[in-house]
Amino acid sequence: MISVRDIQEQTIADLFEQYPFLQGFFEEQTLEVNGQINEKLDDFLNFLEDEEEQENRAMAKDQVLESMSEYITQMLEFLGEDKDDGVRSITLLPGTNKSGEAEQFGELKISKSEIVCIVGPTGSGKSRLLADIEWVAHKDTPTSRTILVNDEKGDKKWRMTSGNKLVAQLSQNMNFVMDLSVYEFLELHAQSRLVEDVESVIDKIIKQANNLAGEKFDLNTPITSLSGGQSRALMIADTAILSKSPIILIDEIENAGIDRKKALELLVGEEKIVLMATHDPILALMGDKRIVIKNGGIHKVIETSEEERNLLVDLERMDAVVQNMRTRLRQGEIIQKEDIGF
Amino acid sequence: MNLVTVSGPPSSGKTAVILKTIDSFQKRGLEVGVVKFDCLYTDDDILYKKAGVKVKKGLSGSLCPDHYFVSNIEEVVQWGIKEDLDLLITESAGLCNRCSPYVKNVTAVCVIDNLSGINTPKKIGPMLKSADIVIITKGDIVSQAEREVFASRVNTVNPGASIMNVNGLTGQGAYELSTLLYDEKANVKTLVGEKLRFSMPSALCSYCLGETRIGESFQMGNVRKINMEDKKNQ
Repeated sequence: MISVRDIQEQTIADLFEQYPFLQGFFEEQTLEVNGQINEKLDDFLNFLEDEEEQENRAMAKDQVLESMSEYITQMLEFLGEDKDDGVRSITLLPGTNKSGEAEQFGELKISKSEIVCIVGPTGSGKSRLLADIEWVAHKDTPTSRTILVNDEKGDKKWRMTSGNKLVAQLSQNMNFVMDLSVYEFLELHAQSRLVEDVESVIDKIIKQANNLAGEKFDLNTPITSLSGGQSRALMIADTAILSKSPIILIDEIENAGIDRKKALELLVGEEKIVLMATHDPILALMGDKRIVIKNGGIHKVIETSEEERNLLVDLERMDAVVQNMRTRLRQGEIIQKEDIGF
Repeated sequence: MNLVTVSGPPSSGKTAVILKTIDSFQKRGLEVGVVKFDCLYTDDDILYKKAGVKVKKGLSGSLCPDHYFVSNIEEVVQWGIKEDLDLLITESAGLCNRCSPYVKNVTAVCVIDNLSGINTPKKIGPMLKSADIVIITKGDIVSQAEREVFASRVNTVNPGASIMNVNGLTGQGAYELSTLLYDEKANVKTLVGEKLRFSMPSALCSYCLGETRIGESFQMGNVRKINMEDKKNQ
């Protein structure tokens, strides 16, 4: 815990040296240091004691000091977190469905690098399941489910912290809205995660994204002008590599312009727990298990059998036929019966 | 009675978030009422009525909405007590980003949306900086990275707040929010003697009083000028 007393007698220069992330705090709080870098923090903030200044800026000195000490405490905690503290598994313990009946499974443990699909009609309770996981439910949500993290009762810290959420989400409806180039965008994200070697992380993400995208793009492309497939590829590579969340929820990935198999391999390779809401047979069979949701509850957990996995080969062949036709249509060719091949 | 003040920029999703949250309260059998503050027009009261919520609305018209809020909050509280509410929620739009209706010792919620741009958190004053809970909406349509960057900017300007993502359309997160807004032990009887978390500006110039003509000779009272001189190199 850093208290106000710990920081107010130090000079701004000293504080910046000890806590480099504090410069971002000054920036966001619109505090301009200019030539006063060697002043004590307490003296520097004295201008806020002036009533007119306080009203004009809508800031008070003690409030700024308190926020600052809280911020330093949080950031030190965030930076001090060991990789070993990470989430290795989550376990779902059954609750009830919308009619109050017990859910039909014993317990479901999902470990790092596992892919679990979620199937069920719209409104069946997929969002509720995700919300339970995100909230690390402890019989305190409408389903009365319990979520364990690393086999233990989940820490409530997951519920509120902004930089350390349990679940990252990717869905078909998500778009980039910032007016930035790919490089600027990745740089901004890396900085907000306090990454040390920004350049090499950006390099890694753009390589992976291009590995997933059908059409290549470079770091100077504005993110808002990426195609659907390119955006999805960048979102997945960025989430896999830069997001700290150990669980990734994917809500369908369209089949156009992105290699879905490689995308899943990337996420699994980065040791994420992957939950995927999908009804696409190819994606569903890539999962290790699938959760069937009905009437707000988990109705069944199915393990992907060897037999189903073998079907995947045929499905992929069918998929390749359609993809091939798509390419040929794009190139202005005529499609014939022979192209179908079976 | 519990009291919660909700505030946030126009169209950030306050009403949608409150409605979804009220849903959870009603399932628990709690009586909830809402008082909606706005400036010129609102028909959100119809939405609340439809949801079976007791509702009043106040339009500030020519007055500053936040000043209007403070002048009326005690009457609003007494209305809630008379109606035998378990929870009274006030909703008001932050129209100029300078002031906030938050009262010390009353739970303060700020609703802000992912689409408003990453520089927005630093542009908003006490409405964001002194809130206890910050709700970020519209996360379902922007990328994971943008959500993370936005939340981290919010955390930088208000490190003490609980930050939550709530989806005003699907209600994801609303149940969780409801657990933070109601405390069985809390019981507000009056706000007389309580204080605002931050003062509201004391501006009163001729334009506040209805002046429309432009020019120095029409400007009276608290008038301030932009510094239009170019900065000289030191």
